[in-house]
Amino acid sequence: MSVVSDPIEDPRRALRAARLGEFRVFVRRFLRNPLGVVGFAIVVLLVLVAIFAPLLATHDPYLPSLGKRLSAPSAEFWFGADELGRDIYSRLVYGSRLTLFIVGLVIVTSAPIGLIIGAVSGTVGGWTDRIFMRITDVFLAVPKLLLALAFVAALGPGIVNAALAITLTAWPPYARLARAEAMVVRNSDYVAAARLAGASPFRIIVFHVIPMCLSSVIVRVTFDMAGIILTAAGLGFIGLGAQPPLPEWGAMISTGRRFIFDQWWVPTIPGIAIFVVSLGFNLLGDAVRDLLDPHLRQRR
Amino acid sequence: MIEIEHLTVRFGPSIAVRDVSLTVRDGESFGLVGESGSGKSTLLRSIMNLNRDWDGRIAINGLDAHATPRKRLAREIQMVFQDPYASLHPRYVVGEQIAEPMRINRMADIERRTVELLELIGLGAKFRFRFPHELSGGQRQRVSIARALALEPKILLLDEPTSALDVSIQAEILNLLNRLRGELGLTFVIVSHDLAVISYMCDRLAVMRNAELVETLTREALRARDIRSDYTRALVAAS
Amino acid sequence: MSSLVDIDNLRVSFRQDDGSFTEAVRGVSLSLGREKLGIVGESGSGKSLTGRALLGVLPPYARMSVERMSFDGLDLTSATPRVRRALRGGRMGMILQDPKFSLNPVMQVGRQIVEAIRIGDRRISGAAARKRALAMLEAVQIREPERVFGLYPHELSGGMGQRVMIAMMLVREPDLLVADEPTSALDVTVRTQVLSILDELVTRRGMGLILISHDLNLVSRFCDRVLVMYAGHVVEDLQASHLHQATHPYTRGLLACLPSIDGPLTPLPTLNRDAGWAAS
Repeated sequence: MSVVSDPIEDPRRALRAARLGEFRVFVRRFLRNPLGVVGFAIVVLLVLVAIFAPLLATHDPYLPSLGKRLSAPSAEFWFGADELGRDIYSRLVYGSRLTLFIVGLVIVTSAPIGLIIGAVSGTVGGWTDRIFMRITDVFLAVPKLLLALAFVAALGPGIVNAALAITLTAWPPYARLARAEAMVVRNSDYVAAARLAGASPFRIIVFHVIPMCLSSVIVRVTFDMAGIILTAAGLGFIGLGAQPPLPEWGAMISTGRRFIFDQWWVPTIPGIAIFVVSLGFNLLGDAVRDLLDPHLRQRR
Repeated sequence: MIEIEHLTVRFGPSIAVRDVSLTVRDGESFGLVGESGSGKSTLLRSIMNLNRDWDGRIAINGLDAHATPRKRLAREIQMVFQDPYASLHPRYVVGEQIAEPMRINRMADIERRTVELLELIGLGAKFRFRFPHELSGGQRQRVSIARALALEPKILLLDEPTSALDVSIQAEILNLLNRLRGELGLTFVIVSHDLAVISYMCDRLAVMRNAELVETLTREALRARDIRSDYTRALVAAS
Repeated sequence: MSSLVDIDNLRVSFRQDDGSFTEAVRGVSLSLGREKLGIVGESGSGKSLTGRALLGVLPPYARMSVERMSFDGLDLTSATPRVRRALRGGRMGMILQDPKFSLNPVMQVGRQIVEAIRIGDRRISGAAARKRALAMLEAVQIREPERVFGLYPHELSGGMGQRVMIAMMLVREPDLLVADEPTSALDVTVRTQVLSILDELVTRRGMGLILISHDLNLVSRFCDRVLVMYAGHVVEDLQASHLHQATHPYTRGLLACLPSIDGPLTPLPTLNRDAGWAAS
């Protein structure tokens, strides 16, 4: 066979090269923001810790050893031991899995719901818009934590229920955001061109509107991760989230708060973990917004 | 052929087009001249049913514009927009955008047709996988034209196709449009504020002002200054 | 005669995403007397940046270098931002293509003009300033100045907004006006009007005007002298009346590719860009 390059295949390679080049530019611009890199590092660290938890933990996070309860930080217990003598460090390490699980579950449920409702509402307009937006308003009108509390109280405590409850409170802002973008996009010439070609409303929403709403929603999602962690910890703290003996960070603070004056490390260490991780997500969100936000981008 | 009878378009209390009747014949290139707010773009968008709130009758090759399904009309008539920076979807490569109308209408041989269209408008297959932001304004306008031609329409509406472009690029696009009209036997309706462009491109033209049709005249009449209305005369003097 | 503006070897560059710099203006030199100078070029030729550099309003990410830039004997390269701001408020004015971005959207246009007057003349009374603002609105051919005075920018049509902008610039009685595509958003019939207002005011007050435009014909009809820019260079500098004797192939190409009402119907000549033009 001769080695003539296929004229169809060649530009495909050019496309790959262009995509790669764009990715490089993206990375370079990201690296220019040191705080963003710090945030990214914290998030990556969290993910790595969650993956390699069994290797990193020094003790079984669930195994009490009452003789060593409330031990101070030492060579054996790096961050001390809790009221049942369990290693706080190992519980933190395993707790990162719960944190990521909740964040992930909330994001994969709330972002698509908000995106679809917002995009449909903004594109179709009219009564559909009015009905969807009033529903959204109802959810927005009730304070987040209160709503989540009510749902968990109704569904029963537990980590999955906590995540679902947070989802119910997290989707309305995405819907609002996607709707605002969709209302701009629906009047654009490229959507007009698609309509003129006979595209159905479904096709317009899925292929034309939603891709344009994505970047705003992604930015918002990255920002919200910190809030989700805090809400989850809050639910854990009042006993409606993860149930004992799960090493959820909020629940760890809750059970440890009795010892704050005498054995400060018991509630403080998980508190620091929550703080660092939510800070990391916030910094990352900031950097991602600088890169992706269509409004900021135009001004650059 | 486009027949418009007593077309009136209202936006709330204001009237954008008032009782306009005109006929665009098969194969001709028809120009609509007017200043901003004269209703010429609204007229075009009404023909395409991009705004549906109008009274009167519009027939496109004998098909009633209100009653005919969009997909049927799509094969008769297509439109090219003014701003090449806003008329292509920023997230899709050029080839996808040209193929989109053919996918919607489930045509055969989409890949080959896309390449053919790219060749036809003078860009070539190598542009298939480029994103719009990698192209210049003139190249984007060519892609918009290719997209409009994808369904093999017989009529092309052009809304200020070159007003966002540099003059040297304008010349290239105008030449391209004239070549396409000859090769494909198209009918053009061109909206422009530039009388020189209309005089160069169109066999007949209509002048619009304040939502109304001022007069319709042929290119020969325009060039011989055989003009009835003062407004048209003022336009000619200002150009 | 000493010139009003002197620019020697102006360069403006932008940082790319990969960290390198691309030059958009590559060594432009010009001098301007109390005359009407047109700068013509296509998008990306650097014509607007040249005007912005002169006024000191380049975007923050642009990098500029110039050997000499003076305004009425004043060295602009060593002037402090404060001095330059004062110059922009008083002796130098700029009119942009789109009045939407230059007018304060939440203030009546009349009050904006009054404010411009009072920046220039702090002792003027409110009533006198109002009177002058109305007179200026009338001077730019606004039919009901009293009514327009009380309008907000979004209530103005494009042509009206542009005339308000011009009025606002002219009440300061600047010595230099840089007009960047002042009429390209306007209809042809309004365009002539706005230009003749500008022309009259420039001639009567003896100010210098730099008109930046992509429209060769318009510039040649209106200006005394024309600079043609291509890829950051000035490729041609000629008297406007001699435009049709232009020698540079780029200028000739630009002139040829315009259709005209009475022109031939043969394909328009297109411009074959020579790589050498950008290097010259």
